[in-house]
This record gives sequence, structure tokens and C-alpha cells, in this order.
Amino acid sequence: MTETKITEEKAMPEAGPVEPAGEFAAQKPNGAAARKVVDRVTEFGEETVGEVRCENPFVISENVNVYYGDNHAIRDVTLEIGRSEVIALIGPSGCGKSTYLRCLNRMNDSIESARVTGTITLDGRDIYSSDLDPVALRARVGMVFQKPNPFPKSIYDNVAYGPRIHGLAADRAELDDIVHTSLDRAGLLKEVKDRMDEPGTGLSGGQQQRLCIARTIAVNPEVILMDEPCSALDPIATARIEDLIDELSEDYTIVIVTHSMQQAARVSRRVAYFHLGRLVEVDETDKIFTNPQHKLTEDYITGRIG
Amino acid sequence: MQNLTLILVLAAMAGGAFYMGRRRSFAVVGGPAHSAQLHSLPGYYGYFTLIWCLLPALGLFLLWVLLEPKVIVALIVESLPDAQRTMSAGELNLLVNNIQNLAAGDAISGEIDTVMRDAADRFNEYVAASRQMLAMLTLGLAGLGGAIALRRIRPEFRARNRVEQVVLYLLIAASSIAILTTIGIVLSVLFEAIRFFREVSVTEFLFGLTWSPQTAIRADQVGSSGSFGAVPLFAGTLLITAIAMVVAVPVGLMTAIYLAEYSSSRIRAVAKPLLELLAGIPTVVYGFFAALTVAPWVRTAGESIGLQVASESALAAGLVMGIMIIPLVSSLSDDAIHAVPTAMRDGALGLGSTRSETMIKVILPAALPGIVGGILLAVSRAIGETMIVVMAAGLAANLTANPFEAVTTVTVQIVTLLVGDQEFDSAKTLAAFALGLMLFVVTLCLNVLGLTFVRKYREQYE
Repeated sequence: MTETKITEEKAMPEAGPVEPAGEFAAQKPNGAAARKVVDRVTEFGEETVGEVRCENPFVISENVNVYYGDNHAIRDVTLEIGRSEVIALIGPSGCGKSTYLRCLNRMNDSIESARVTGTITLDGRDIYSSDLDPVALRARVGMVFQKPNPFPKSIYDNVAYGPRIHGLAADRAELDDIVHTSLDRAGLLKEVKDRMDEPGTGLSGGQQQRLCIARTIAVNPEVILMDEPCSALDPIATARIEDLIDELSEDYTIVIVTHSMQQAARVSRRVAYFHLGRLVEVDETDKIFTNPQHKLTEDYITGRIG
Repeated sequence: MQNLTLILVLAAMAGGAFYMGRRRSFAVVGGPAHSAQLHSLPGYYGYFTLIWCLLPALGLFLLWVLLEPKVIVALIVESLPDAQRTMSAGELNLLVNNIQNLAAGDAISGEIDTVMRDAADRFNEYVAASRQMLAMLTLGLAGLGGAIALRRIRPEFRARNRVEQVVLYLLIAASSIAILTTIGIVLSVLFEAIRFFREVSVTEFLFGLTWSPQTAIRADQVGSSGSFGAVPLFAGTLLITAIAMVVAVPVGLMTAIYLAEYSSSRIRAVAKPLLELLAGIPTVVYGFFAALTVAPWVRTAGESIGLQVASESALAAGLVMGIMIIPLVSSLSDDAIHAVPTAMRDGALGLGSTRSETMIKVILPAALPGIVGGILLAVSRAIGETMIVVMAAGLAANLTANPFEAVTTVTVQIVTLLVGDQEFDSAKTLAAFALGLMLFVVTLCLNVLGLTFVRKYREQYE
């Protein structure tokens, strides 16, 4: 009883313009902070601020909702992602950014209790329509995961895996060519060209992640989803991956989930801020980091929540 | 004092020792309020005292009980008149046995004479004296140990470390029981097998093609002199094991793949326990299922397509054994498949693999060490399986690769050699130990092979 009371009392001044209880919120995220956040979301309305539309849209999500059983994980997200654009999804843990990312290549299909409503189109085609094969979709929308996950195979076979299952190479020479080009584009070729037969798991963490990126681009996707690709890497390996993202952005649409705001600022052209399953604000990267319109976005990028 | 009473008194003393040790620890620091000054928690001082009180006394007790009968018998034999002491070992044994029975008031064989009556009386005296001494010594040692421990309690005394040391030894002792038992079994089998190999040469046993272990017990008896070529048994065992694996490996593996990757969680929740139920059926039930249901069915089916099938066939036994092993293969493979990180699965799916491509190209190779390990375990199980083959495979030691004929296995022969009245100095009975040794060596090799295989691949895949 007493605890609820304290929470309410503390929550009251939160609504005001000043932030006297910022520290308090950081210490007790589950009680006071959650309540505070709900208050604020209603205060600012449920509309996404900023600009969800963009020129030359490639991936368009309209009113996307995701449920895990009874848990409403993504609420009414509408977002356009442009061709050859790098967009960063940021937000505190559990805000739904990874869930949203996994909607874009239907990786949520493998979770039994997950349910997706709304529409997502890729190049004008609904990716959740019944006549679309998720397997074919995932060849067009590649994914790089949080932890480097090379297959327990040789470096060559790791990269050749995708082209092989999709029959992209007519003969061995063509396959060699794809493998070399992909490794080269991922900036890994120099380091591994003399040991293509060694297991991919023997590489360092950063090299493994670049191997995974090479593996993804070997299938020649149109969109690359990256789920915190640098969170398991040291700063040097992270810098290399960021450079790589920069180079790849010329040819691919890249959606990257990240916890590092510096990273979002460095690699992306637009930033989308998620909070408790809602898309709170989307805008040009500069705008988000210098002049956020939403209070929640400002709090997050200045380090008050998250 | 009766031994049981003695143990109860010891237990009571141990309890008292714990209490006193704990109290003493409070006393040395000046009351429970200051117990923070103690190196260890007060309870540890109690346990320390308890250990000192109990362990030496218990050790003495066990040693005494172990040695007492031997010492007393030696004393009795020593005191017998010369006429009895010069008897043969067997007769002397019988006499000592009679004396013991007489002393206990049981019925004995033969006449009771004064020598025996005297000896029995002495026996009873010795036992009583020994009991008394035992009680005194044990309780004395317990008290002494407790007192020594109590005197050693100081605030800085590291009781916890001592107690944990003793617990460590206890754990080591517990884990060595299984190992020592294994060594004991191996040695006993080994020595009997060596006796067998004195009568039958190793080469004849390992490479001989005829198995006919019947030997004549008396000279005038009709019967062969025995032939101990074990190749037909090995061949039979191999044949049945191979049939079992042909059934169990594909079915078990496919079951595991279905359960781990394709089934919904609801089906899995029902199917997995049901499958494991199969593993819980006693092998004797499988045995009569094989003998009464499957074997006749195999014969009818075989004859309907014009094949000559024995009513006890290797096929029937192998099929049922395979079914018995399915849960073993499927549950171990299921574990191996589940142990493959989800990241692998996600990675493959994210590249646009279908579920079957993910399974065949990524998950199965990664799970292979575990699967092979499971299969090798299943092979060991099949080789050692007895009941099904006893009932369904027959006793005829045919050297054949035809699964429709009756064959016999190593385990079946061990059973038939040792069932019924046996004399333990004929090659026929000792052959069982040689066969047991073979079985042991083969399963050991399989396990070693399996482990090396698993280890070799694990280096590559993790």
C-alpha cells in the first residue's frame, strides 16, 4: 500500500517541465518509471512525432501491431524506410525495436505465440500475404544478429551456404567468385584468404561478425537488418563494422538496431525512437540528436531514461 | 552390550558432542553475543567436535566387527586338541562351523562330543569378552576424541575448514564406491576367465567356429567333450545388434528431428513422455512380445513370400530390440539437437533456408557428436541386452548371416551356462566368465570410441 502511494506522489511532479526526480526514476525502473512513462505517452498522445514518411520508400509498415500471446509488444507502428537508406532504431531495452526488426523478414514466424497485424510491404508487395514465401523473403531481407553466429563450417562454406541453397552459382568458379566478392565487400578477404578451409568459429569476434555480414551479402539481399551487430564487439571491431555499414549503404537498405546513440549518430541517415512498443519519434539523425521534438526522445538521448 | 545399543549410545554421544562443541565456542568468546569473533559459525565447532567424537570410534567399531570372527575362530582352532588340528582344511571348516552352530544353539550335523562342547563354550566366552572390550574401547575413544576436539576450540580456530575437509573426504569416498565396484567386478570376471583359459586356449575361444559347451561330468556319461569356439556367438550378437540399430537409428533420429524442430509444443508435451514410457517397459515384457507376437508374425510374413523362417529368428529379436532402443536414440538425439544454439537456427533461417535445409545443413552437423554418442550408447545397450534374445532369438549357435535363422548371443549363452545347478570347476561354467569378459571389453571399446569421436568433432563444432 505504502509503496503505491509513494509512487503516485513521486509521479506527480514528473509531469511538470522540470526533472527533479530523474535520478529516482533511473533507480527504480519497474515501479515509478513505468508509471511515469505511461503518463507521458498519454500526455503527448499516441501519434508518432517527426516524419514517418520519406522519399522513395522501399519498406512501408502501416499500423503494425505485434502480440506475444497476451503481451502487446508493438503498438500501431507506421514507418517508411527509403531505398538505400540507413535507419537506426533506438530505445531502451524491451521497447520493441528488435521485435519490429524481426517483423521485416518474418523471423517472428518461428515463435509460436507471436501474432502480427497491420501491413508491411517490401517494394510494394505485402510480405505477410499468404502467397508470399517467407523463405524467399528472407533471401531478399538479410539479417545480421547480435552475437556473431557463424555456422560450424569452414569460412568458405559459411559464405557459400546462402548461394548454395538458393542456387545462385552455376558452377564452382562462380561460387568462388561470389564468396571472394562477399568477403572482400565485408572487408575480411585479406585476413582470411589463406585459410578459407579453417572453421569460421576460429576467427575473432569482430572477424566472425564480418563473416556473418559477408554471408548475408552473398545472397545479394535488398535490405539488411542488423540487430545490435556490435554489442558483442570491442571498439576497434565496432569501428570496422561501422565503416562497413557506411560502404554497404550505397547498395543496400540497412535497418540497424543499436543501443549506442553515438553509433546511431555515426552510421544512420534517419533515427526512429521506440518506447514501450510505440514508435515515438522518427526524423533525420541530426534533427533527433540536436533538436528532438518529443520529451521522451529528449530524455532518452540525454541519458535520463534507458 | 549389543552392537545396536552400542551404535545408539554412540549416536547419542555424537549429538552431545555437537551441542557441547557449539556451547564451548560461545564460551571461549564470552557468550553468543560475541560469536562474530569466532573464525567460523558456531555450528561448525559443533560439527568439528562431533566428527572427532564419532569418526575414530566408528572406524574402530567397523574394524573390530570385521576382524572379530576371524580372530575368535583362530583362537578356537588353536585351543583344539592335536587330533582335530591336524585335520584337512575341509574337515576343519566343517568342525568350526559345527562349533559355531552349537554355540548359537542351532541344529548341527553329527555327534556332539566333549571337545566340541568345550570349544562351543569357549567360543561363547570369547564372543562375550570381545563385545565387552569393543564397547569399552569404542565409547572410550569417542569420549577421548570429543574431549580433544573440545580442548582445541579457540576463537581463531578454523573449524569450518576442518569440517569441509572431512566432508570432502566423504564425497571422495562416496564417488569411489562405484569405481571400486567396477574394478571388483572386472577382477572377479578376469580371474575366472583366466581359469577358463587354462583349460581352453584363447585362440580356440576367439576364433573357433563351433560352440557346444556341454561337457561330460562323469566318465561313463554320454556327451561330447565340449567345444568353445565363440565366433557363432559373436556373429549372432552382431547380427541382432545390427538389425536393432537398423530399426532404432533412423526411427529414433527422425522422431528426434520431428519433436525438436517440427512438432508444436502441445504435441511435444504429449509425445515425449509417451516415448519415454517405452523406455520404462521391462525388457522381459519386450521379450515375450518378441517371442509370442513378433516371431510368429515374422514367420508367417516370411513364408507368405516363400522364405524359410525359423520360429525363433534373429529378425524378430532384432526388431523388438530396435523398438526398445528407439527412446534411447531419440531422447539423446533430441537433447543434442536442442543443445545447438538458437543463433545457428536463426542465422540459417535469416539467410532464407527452409526448415529442412536448416536441419540438414546446419543443425544436424552441429549436433552430430551428441547423436553419434547416443547411437554408440544404444549399441552398447543392444549388445548387452539379454531378456529379449533369451526369449526370442533361440539357443542354437548357428554361424549365419541369415536373419531368418535362429541365432544365439553372448548374453544368452551366459544365462544358459549359469542357470541351474553348476559346478564351478568345469570349463562349461567358467566359459560364462570368459564371455562376460569379452562383452565387457567390447562395450568398453565402444564407449572409448564414442567418447573420442565426440571429442574430436566437438573441437571442430564449438
